[in-house]
Amino acid sequence: MAPTDTRLRSQEEITARVKALEALLIEKGIMTTEAVDRLADIYENEVGPQLGAKVVAKAWTDPAFKSRLLDNATAACAELGIGGLQGEDMVVVENTGEVHNVIVCTLCSCYPWPVLGLPPNWYKAPAYRARIVREPRKVLAEDFGFPVPGDVEIRVWDSSSELRYWVLPTRPAGTEGLSVEQLEALVTRDSMIGVGPAAAPAA
Amino acid sequence: MNGVFDLGGTDGLGPVVTQEDEPVFRAEWEKAAFALFATCFRAGLFNVDMFRHGIEQMDPAEYLLSNYYEHWVHTAEHFGAKAGVIDLAELDERTRFYLENPDAPLPGRTDPELLAFVDAAVMGGAPAARESDKAAAFQVGDIVTVNADSPAGHTRRARYVRGRTGEITGAHGTFIYPDSAGNSGPDAPEHVYTVRFTATELWGSDTADPHGVVYFDVWEPYLTLSENRGAA
Repeated sequence: MAPTDTRLRSQEEITARVKALEALLIEKGIMTTEAVDRLADIYENEVGPQLGAKVVAKAWTDPAFKSRLLDNATAACAELGIGGLQGEDMVVVENTGEVHNVIVCTLCSCYPWPVLGLPPNWYKAPAYRARIVREPRKVLAEDFGFPVPGDVEIRVWDSSSELRYWVLPTRPAGTEGLSVEQLEALVTRDSMIGVGPAAAPAA
Repeated sequence: MNGVFDLGGTDGLGPVVTQEDEPVFRAEWEKAAFALFATCFRAGLFNVDMFRHGIEQMDPAEYLLSNYYEHWVHTAEHFGAKAGVIDLAELDERTRFYLENPDAPLPGRTDPELLAFVDAAVMGGAPAARESDKAAAFQVGDIVTVNADSPAGHTRRARYVRGRTGEITGAHGTFIYPDSAGNSGPDAPEHVYTVRFTATELWGSDTADPHGVVYFDVWEPYLTLSENRGAA
């Protein structure tokens, strides 16, 4: 089976349906194949979690910037030229030794595109949206292999309005001597969703 | 509306299935489906709240089993047909044509203004914050209860928070009200707040994580004051 086959429609059927819709919208003056290619290129090559990683690494190394980020994430990201669609009003929540944050959108698929790119399929799929608000510690441990100690408070942020939450992960131990660029490489998409840690530095 | 898309707290859906190194788009058709949002929005077929409500009106079994971007295809078809832009019989006929002729090309058209719109929208965004003269009825620290009734049409008042009581932890100013705009009404801005619910309040002490909380954003009409504990 192709990865996008379902029990309902085959890949061939979906492809034909979308191509037909695209054709009609092109004829009506609403779409172009150039616009499709441009949008795909932006989110495949320009806007993705590497931008959020830049913000996180700067926050880890610049306390004044971190303070501005936690106070107004949209404005702080704009300092780095980062922002736009689905990140008009961003809120960054900070992980500490006492608090772990994780984001979800139980009603649809809201996600901070300018810093994380488009969401992975599991984030948009029913199981994650259903369970992370009800049994977050279990989902993190069993589905993501990321146990959070029982005495650490788990805060789940359900993106039900147009505010877009994302997570400032804890800086890994043993990274004191690393450059900002080396730190950026440790910041994973999952750590900014809250379903994983930032990566440990190479030994 | 009460629908299956409102998934928070639903049991029985199985494990979260992740995929290492998943591509941004898993198939070419996903790129075209993704582009439906920006291009049909520009053409005035829907706003973002209507777009969501179109998805919510999918057949519930299809909603749960289909690919994510098929949801976007569904809502674009729904509003395209409603606006008279798409004839569904013609769409079916064209689908059969492309099934039989998968390599047949798409119609050619260029539109530099559309490309400029795409870049401007992605980089500039489309803010949902709206000016309003309305004074905020609540403030940070207030204890509030989410209204428990079942609204018709589009709402962001998820079932798992209805009737539940929590503390306002953030007040964000006025935004487009989805219960109006998502039902094809005006922006009708309302104040947005973040409410903190304990897991015990949401799920009961038998199953709740004792150190779990959920933050959920609400619009002012969703709330009733339980206890005035604000800073003023």
